[in-house]
Amino acid sequence: MDKKFPISLHFALTLAGLLVALYMIFLYAPEEMTMGEVQRIFYVHVSCAWPALLGFIIIFFSSIVYLWKRAQFADELAHATAEVGFIFCTCVLVTGPLWAKPAWGVWWAWDARLTLTFLLWLLYVAYLMLRSYMVNPGRAANLCAVVGIIGFVDVLIDYMAIRWWRTQHPQPVILGGPESGLDPRMLATLLVTVAVFTLLFFLLVRMRLRLAAMRRELSEIRHVLAFKMSED
Amino acid sequence: MASLQIIWSIFVKDLRVEWRNRETLASMCVFGLLIVFLFNFSFETAREETLRLLPAVLWVAIAFAGVLGFNRSFASERENSCIEGMTLAPVDPSMIFVGKMLANLLFLGIAEVVMVFAATLWFNFSFLPSLGELTLIAFFGTLGYAALGTIFGAIAANTRMREVMLTILQFPIAFWILMLSIDATSNAMRGDPGGNWAGGAARVAGISVVFTVASFLLFEYVLEE
Repeated sequence: MDKKFPISLHFALTLAGLLVALYMIFLYAPEEMTMGEVQRIFYVHVSCAWPALLGFIIIFFSSIVYLWKRAQFADELAHATAEVGFIFCTCVLVTGPLWAKPAWGVWWAWDARLTLTFLLWLLYVAYLMLRSYMVNPGRAANLCAVVGIIGFVDVLIDYMAIRWWRTQHPQPVILGGPESGLDPRMLATLLVTVAVFTLLFFLLVRMRLRLAAMRRELSEIRHVLAFKMSED
Repeated sequence: MASLQIIWSIFVKDLRVEWRNRETLASMCVFGLLIVFLFNFSFETAREETLRLLPAVLWVAIAFAGVLGFNRSFASERENSCIEGMTLAPVDPSMIFVGKMLANLLFLGIAEVVMVFAATLWFNFSFLPSLGELTLIAFFGTLGYAALGTIFGAIAANTRMREVMLTILQFPIAFWILMLSIDATSNAMRGDPGGNWAGGAARVAGISVVFTVASFLLFEYVLEE
C-alpha cells in the first residue's frame, strides 16, 4: 500500500481536493432557496457523517479479525479508526445544531438521525476511554475488541429501534430529501465533498497507524537497549 | 462437569458470598429506594402525571441500582484474586458468564421488587391490574441489562476508575433496552389502550436476547490473559 500509494501523494491529493471542495461549496453550488447561505454547511455535515459511521464499521471488522487471527495490525487499525472517527462524529454534532437552529428553529430535536449520531458519539467515547483507563495495557486489545463488536451490534439495533420509538412524532422535513429535485450543481458539490472527506479520513487513519508502528518500534528498541545495558 | 452444574455452582457461590456479607443486595435496594423517594418527593404527582412519570422513574432507578451491583460482581472477584482461580478452572468461560449473569439477574430482580413496592406506597399506584404484563417486561428488560452489565463489569474491573467506566460502557449500549422497556411499561400500566404492550415487550425481549447471546459468545475473550 505504501509503495503503490505513498502517504505523501495521499496528502497532496487530499489537500488539493479540500481546496476544490471549498471552492465548490462556497462559489460553485447555488444558494438554497428557503434557507439561504446557511444551507452550505450541509455539505460539510453530511461529509463528516459518512466517515463517522464508516469508522465504526471498520472497528467492528478489525475487532473480529483481531480476536480471530490475533493480528496486532487489526488492533492498531481499530484504535486509529476510533480516534479519527471520533473527530468526525464530533464535527457532525457541532455542525448539526449550527444548521438546525436557523433551519428548524431549535438547536436540537431527538429525531432519529440525531439520536443515532449522539449514541454513536457516546460509543466512540466509551471505546477510547476504555483504551486509556486500562490498568494493564496488554489486555486492552482483547477488551476493546469485545466492546467494538458489542458496540456495533448496538449501532445496528439503534437503526431498528429508532423506528419503533415514539413513531407518532413527525419527522423534521429536510427539504423533501435529495430525490425531490436537488440541483445538479448541489449534487456534484455534495459528491465531491463526500469523496474528499473520505480521503481525508483515510489519510488521518494512515498517519495514526504510522505513529502506532513507530511507537511499537521504539518500545522494541528500548527493550533491546535495556537488555544490552543489563548485560554490560 | 456438565455445563448446568458449572453454572449452578457459580450461581450458588455468588449467592453464598452475598448471604455472608449482604453488601451488594443491600446497597442496590437502598440506592433504588432513594431514587424512587427523591423523584416522588420532588414531583408530588397526580394520577395522570404518575402514569407518565412512574415508568421512567422506575427504570432509571433500576438502571442505577443495577450498575451498582454489576460493579461489585467482578470487583470483588478481582480484589481477592478469585478471578485467577476461576480462569484456571478447566471449565468453559461462557458458563462462568451465565452463572454470574443469573446471580446479577436475581439480585436486580429482588431490588426491583423492593422499588416497585415503595413506588406503590409513595405514588399511591396499584400495579396489580397489569402485574403479569409488567413482570414479563421487567424480566426481559432486566435480562438484557444484566447480561450487558455482567460482561462490562468484567471489562471495567480491568480499568482504573472502574465505577465510571462501567457506567460509560453500560448506558449508551443498554439505552434501547431501557427506552423500550419504559415504553412497554407505560403502555401496560395504562391498561394498554392501544393494545401494543405485547409488541413492546417482544421488542425488549428481542434486543435483550441479542445482547445476551453476544455477551455469552464474547465473554471468553474478556477472561483471557
